[in-house]
Amino acid sequence: MTETRSVIIEREFAYAPDRLWRALTQPHLIEDWLMKNDFAPQVGHRFNLRGEWGGVLDCEVLVVEPERTLSYTWNFAHEDAAYNLESVVTFTLTPTANGTRLRMEQAGFATTQKQAFGGAHAGWKTFLENLDQVLAKLG
Amino acid sequence: MQTASAHTLFSALGDPTRRAIFERLCREGELTVWMITGPAGVSQPAVSKHLKALKEAGLVVPRREGRETHYRAEPKALTPLVDWTHDMARFWEVRFDALDDLLKRMDQ
Repeated sequence: MTETRSVIIEREFAYAPDRLWRALTQPHLIEDWLMKNDFAPQVGHRFNLRGEWGGVLDCEVLVVEPERTLSYTWNFAHEDAAYNLESVVTFTLTPTANGTRLRMEQAGFATTQKQAFGGAHAGWKTFLENLDQVLAKLG
Repeated sequence: MQTASAHTLFSALGDPTRRAIFERLCREGELTVWMITGPAGVSQPAVSKHLKALKEAGLVVPRREGRETHYRAEPKALTPLVDWTHDMARFWEVRFDALDDLLKRMDQ
């Protein structure tokens, strides 16, 4: 059982697209804000992103349109299928009056964590709903 | 991204009795084993066993007072349960903060 998930984050930065593009595509700069990597801005280039937690992401460059669009796969292989993640990350840059709007969309499939609970427990839905309320009260 | 401890968390919460105990601790605050035993509909040793599993998952925190141990819920331990979208959105927000910081430091 998999579900399509998508995350979209948008932010305006007070810098021109060329500066942002460098931060997104030069390995030593990518490492500074994202993760250690062996990225190269070439379609088809395969690389890894290495997280501080020890996890390694398998990536492949899909789209390179300088100062406009950068897209690559963002896959996390785990021996337990329930934790596998296959997704695509796309950065879109749009110039604005004050700088650049950066939109990051991560789309793909994440095996639902409910699978990791060891089967479909009807009780889970209720539990999670209750929990939301409880946590809201706790602040 | 998940860690090995997520398995402990999921299995701890995979049992309806344990979920009920955890929910109750969230609602009512600190309770002793005896206070939990009544409404849980199970024996005191069984409750103790469930509390042990919850404790291993970091979901409850014991506090010794005299001869009795009081347990309270630790909602922060639920973090791996938070929806993937939520997790990733937060991940990217933090990364974007770091990106903004980098852009400031970069040469023109």
